[in-house]
Amino acid sequence: MKIAIKEAHLFDPKNNIDEIGNIYIENGRVVDDSSSKSSDIEIDASSLHLIPGLVDIHSHFREPGNEDAETIESGSRAAVKGGFTSVCVMPNTEPPIDNEGVARFIKEKSIKSNKCRIFPIGTITKGREGKELAEMGHLHEAGCVAFSDDGNCVMDPNVLRRALEYSLLLDVPIIEHPEDMSLSKDGQINEGVISTRLGFKGIPDISEASIVARDILLAKFTGGKLHLAHVSSKESIDILEYGKNKGIKVTAEVTPHHLLLTEEAVLSFDTNTKMKPPLRTKSDREALQKALKNGIIDVVATDHAPHPDYAKELEYSLAPFGVIGLETAFSVLYTKLVLPGNLSLKQLILSMTDKPAKILRLPVGEIKKGGIADFTLIDLNAKWEVNPDNFESKSSNSPFIGWKLKGVVDSTIVNGTVTFRGGEFVQEGE
Amino acid sequence: MNRKDLLGIEDLSREEIEEILSVAESMEEILERPIKIAPTLRGITVANLFFEPSTRTLNSFALAEKRLSADYINLSASSSSILKGETLLDTAKNIQAMEVDIIVIRHSIPGAPHFLAERLDASVINAGDGAHEHPTQALLDLNTIRKKMSTFDNLKVAIIGDIEHSRVARSLILGLNKMGAKAHICGPPTLIPKWMDTFDVTINYNLEEVLPDKDIIYILRLQMERQHESFIPSIREYIKYYSLTYERLKKYASPEVLIMHAGPINRGIEIESRVADSEYSLILDQVISGVAVRMSILYLLSRQKTNEDSN
Repeated sequence: MKIAIKEAHLFDPKNNIDEIGNIYIENGRVVDDSSSKSSDIEIDASSLHLIPGLVDIHSHFREPGNEDAETIESGSRAAVKGGFTSVCVMPNTEPPIDNEGVARFIKEKSIKSNKCRIFPIGTITKGREGKELAEMGHLHEAGCVAFSDDGNCVMDPNVLRRALEYSLLLDVPIIEHPEDMSLSKDGQINEGVISTRLGFKGIPDISEASIVARDILLAKFTGGKLHLAHVSSKESIDILEYGKNKGIKVTAEVTPHHLLLTEEAVLSFDTNTKMKPPLRTKSDREALQKALKNGIIDVVATDHAPHPDYAKELEYSLAPFGVIGLETAFSVLYTKLVLPGNLSLKQLILSMTDKPAKILRLPVGEIKKGGIADFTLIDLNAKWEVNPDNFESKSSNSPFIGWKLKGVVDSTIVNGTVTFRGGEFVQEGE
Repeated sequence: MNRKDLLGIEDLSREEIEEILSVAESMEEILERPIKIAPTLRGITVANLFFEPSTRTLNSFALAEKRLSADYINLSASSSSILKGETLLDTAKNIQAMEVDIIVIRHSIPGAPHFLAERLDASVINAGDGAHEHPTQALLDLNTIRKKMSTFDNLKVAIIGDIEHSRVARSLILGLNKMGAKAHICGPPTLIPKWMDTFDVTINYNLEEVLPDKDIIYILRLQMERQHESFIPSIREYIKYYSLTYERLKKYASPEVLIMHAGPINRGIEIESRVADSEYSLILDQVISGVAVRMSILYLLSRQKTNEDSN
């Protein structure tokens, strides 16, 4: 199968590509156009940007265990529609990804779905209980690209120390969900002005920052690679900056909702404003935007966390934490950060392609000759409105419902195969 | 007043509060009659949905509904379908389907009444949502104060105790501010939220410094059920620093001071019996105001409803 993409605006900040050009793909790789064979598929991309396929290193696809919220198939559809060609899925499934069987099951399902690349993240500890290390070597061989007890912070520092040390053998990062569960106990929203007004038990920013500090010191001590999930507060960024300046192997991600929303959204009591970490203050949001811009925060990750309507249509404290994000991530950030000039398109694309791919050593995230052909074609001028009825995800718990956005994914190409084109999923063999 | 729901003092204007208090005054006249009943709410059905234990507020609403000839039903958490796994919204929709006009709700989670109000046509009255608001309590407190004081302007009200977990305190502070009075809060530092200064209040941890020159001292109940969470070292120590004893009252407070408490009181803990039963105490006046103010609110919300129907 040979694909020719004509007249696209090729855009890959990693390789300094920013020009109109053609891309030829054969056998899943980028090839020269000198090949005499005529193309099987030709895409006129004259009004589109061609970027490396987006990479999300923090999603929840709920399978196995909670297939009413999301499946590998529905999550993949959501990913591809949002321009993602690689998604790393967190291990808080039921059962969790703490053994090779579950990792292989997810790999097999993703191959069957055949829409985007899915990389499982294994647990740090058995059962995500924070006590005994999971068989990280076996999990790694079964395809796990990192380890995390996501949702559960590893509260015992000695266990995290061992995990960071053991990860040196495999050279993969430990992804920590930084939350001191004692300081955040029973908390519903950020502890601050809004929690005081509404009478909610709060989650203080120090529940995150104190663990960020502890973990960075452990990373320094062990030499292991630490990646901090969904950093949300200025306090954490200050410590992260210290760690990076000291040359400690620490990276961090931020979600679109923490970059764009604040605790004031909770005044509506809309349970789609409920997530962990919670939405914080305006000054936290500004600090996050700045940290992404200056590279203190490395990547954007969605923390796509689907929950069915019936689970979210409840009293605030009874609803689960989490919001979906794959289908809106690029467009909300492009519309609300890039267009107003708070972040360059280069920085946004880097933080959603090359940088996340590098952290987890995924062989994707750039446009280069001979490289893997995972690409996204985006119409940056096309407008759309976030409508819960149009999500591909099985869930619609988005905090961005009703937002008017720019940037529509036209096509997604994974491993040289068009999986999504012109707003439609391409069936196999088409 | 022209609104479907009464969810919090936060949403009310000073004019609306004044209207509620002024209607409450005429309701008090009904309560003084030999036959304490008016036909005002004949044909109106009220459901009292109480998901937390309550004696005072539930009975006060029930009496208010009776005095105005409304039909009412009481549902408590233990008798409701919630135990069978039904959601709050489904329970409320079922009640509404039975042609209920007004839902009075008490719930442990902030925003539960707001959640229902947004999704139902029935009027919703917040009878306490977690540590958020308890607007009818604040309105009855304001009514009690109004009857004793010529004006709210520059009135100094000390609020003593567990502010952190108190919906009574939050609503009262908002209400006092809207009426032109000022709240001065006092309690152990662990029971005063770190961000409390974003309300228009003064904060002082020392009771003996707070007592002088106040017009009213409002005592909050120490929530004994929170004792295990270690907010304070012991009840004994709480009494040492924060109990309003007769001795403290005499030594530090103004001789004209008035004492209020939302009840139920823990005698000997936050307030000494001799103070609770003294001539300074307005505790039973508050109870009487409760019925009148709730009659007023029920009337004002249902008037809004009957207007809608005739339009």
